[in-house]
Amino acid sequence: MQAIHIKDLKKTYANGTVALKGVDLQVTAGDFCALLGANGAGKTTIIGIMTGLVLKTEGSVRIFGHDIDHQHPQAKELMGVVPQELNFNMFEKVQDIIVNQAGYFGIERSKALKDSEVLLKKLMLWEKRDHPSRSLSGGMKRRLMIARALINHPKLLILDEPTAGVDVELRYSMWEFLSELNRQGTTILLTTHYLEEVEQMCRSAAMIKNGEIIAYDRVSQLLKLLDVETYVVHAEEIKSIEKLSEYNAKIVDVNVFEVDLDKKRRLGEFVHKVNALGMVIHDLRPKGNRMDKLFLELLKK
Amino acid sequence: MNYKSNYIAFSTIVRKEVTRFVRIWSQTLIPPVITQALYFVIFGKFIGSQIRDIQGVSYMAFIVPGLVMMAVINNSFSNVVSSFFGNKFQRSIEELLVSPTPNWVVVAGYATGGILRGLCVGSLVFVVSVFFTKPVIHHLGFIFLFIILTSVVFSLGGLLNAIFAKSFDDISIFPMFILTPLIYLGGVFYSIHDLPLFWQAVSKFNPILYMVDGFRYGFYGISDVNVFLSLMLLVIFAAGLGCINLYFLHKGIGLKT
Repeated sequence: MQAIHIKDLKKTYANGTVALKGVDLQVTAGDFCALLGANGAGKTTIIGIMTGLVLKTEGSVRIFGHDIDHQHPQAKELMGVVPQELNFNMFEKVQDIIVNQAGYFGIERSKALKDSEVLLKKLMLWEKRDHPSRSLSGGMKRRLMIARALINHPKLLILDEPTAGVDVELRYSMWEFLSELNRQGTTILLTTHYLEEVEQMCRSAAMIKNGEIIAYDRVSQLLKLLDVETYVVHAEEIKSIEKLSEYNAKIVDVNVFEVDLDKKRRLGEFVHKVNALGMVIHDLRPKGNRMDKLFLELLKK
Repeated sequence: MNYKSNYIAFSTIVRKEVTRFVRIWSQTLIPPVITQALYFVIFGKFIGSQIRDIQGVSYMAFIVPGLVMMAVINNSFSNVVSSFFGNKFQRSIEELLVSPTPNWVVVAGYATGGILRGLCVGSLVFVVSVFFTKPVIHHLGFIFLFIILTSVVFSLGGLLNAIFAKSFDDISIFPMFILTPLIYLGGVFYSIHDLPLFWQAVSKFNPILYMVDGFRYGFYGISDVNVFLSLMLLVIFAAGLGCINLYFLHKGIGLKT
């Protein structure tokens, strides 16, 4: 079952800006998919069209089989959206925002009150339930939008840069929360600029550039496109590093250096060479910015 | 969405709207009552005592329906225009746009909020008028029909204004430069029969005249224009504005990019 089926989606705004030039994207139900692209690439436009905030120019979008041209209400019932910008009423109380959203989805008030309590507790906002939303901190406001998006128990959760401007601790707890949701069966479409986030959580990723998808695959497959990967080597003592120039070796700290290993050169071959130089390797690990590297490489093409 | 879900969405919008105007009662309910009370004192008491009866009704009693109607018109309109535009401005209108709530429920919900505020303020102004003149009721049915239909028309008008508005200036231009002159020239303070023939004819292009006149008929049984024509026009305005709002929401004009 396809959760999202987008075919030849085009969007030209009234001012003549061409945001989407014919996007094709299929996301399988249960997937955790990232939508990556530079600012202005078209990510938010795709989400806007899916959720009913932006009018498409051409093409088709189906959400769990429901065509948004003819069955948008049915499609909307299955979606929850966390937008990039804050979009709740700053004068309303925290719990009221969530309960009202439930009402717009036709959920009875008594059920909405119970469900909102569960969500607010899970997202550590229960203590703030009677506070006006404007009094929340930035991270709390983000969590409030996640709670609001989940009140209709969506099968597809769309998050547009949910961790932008969020501190590290909160970002990690959000990752955990979203991964758990996905394990429970919620399909997730996420846009983010934190590529580490994609590598940690997502199973698939689509990269969009100037309104076109330039790559879409499993994250593991996409990473295979990388020709070179940077490794961090922790040695007992660094000796004759200049002899590793073919690996672009550079010292980054006391007894720590980095090397670029391309796929043709095997890791064993490199370790052998280091040992031959009289160095003892204590630790060897990928630098962990592989997605960033891949992203930049694909954007250059 | 089925009937029950639509009802829940509708009642959610209405509850939210009523909560909003009750929460800020010092801005929404009291000021219009004070303004209208000043009209009663200045026009009714001080100046009105020097003015002859109009069609057998004292001047103070004559202006009561017009001032109640003025409050209903202004408050129905401003409730919807400020609430809907406020939601547009804060982007919280997106909460509704991403939901499966049908457009007609959105229109009905916001209009009902405006109607309720109009009726609340109108009732308060009427209560205040009792301190100045003894209430007379000729036909309760007409009173209700005219006050409700008028608040429907101006709630829908407020929604239309909010849909098109791009800035706070846009929501003050219509009430300031069009609505206020139409109200003042709509027979609130005078009978159009006291005007020269030319201005009587011009006045008949003013829709507010029919609302004030029909409402006054409900109290005193006097009217400048045919009361059934007034009713018919109100129904046409309400239906027309309802359809226009639905069309614009359907097309996403002013709301979707």
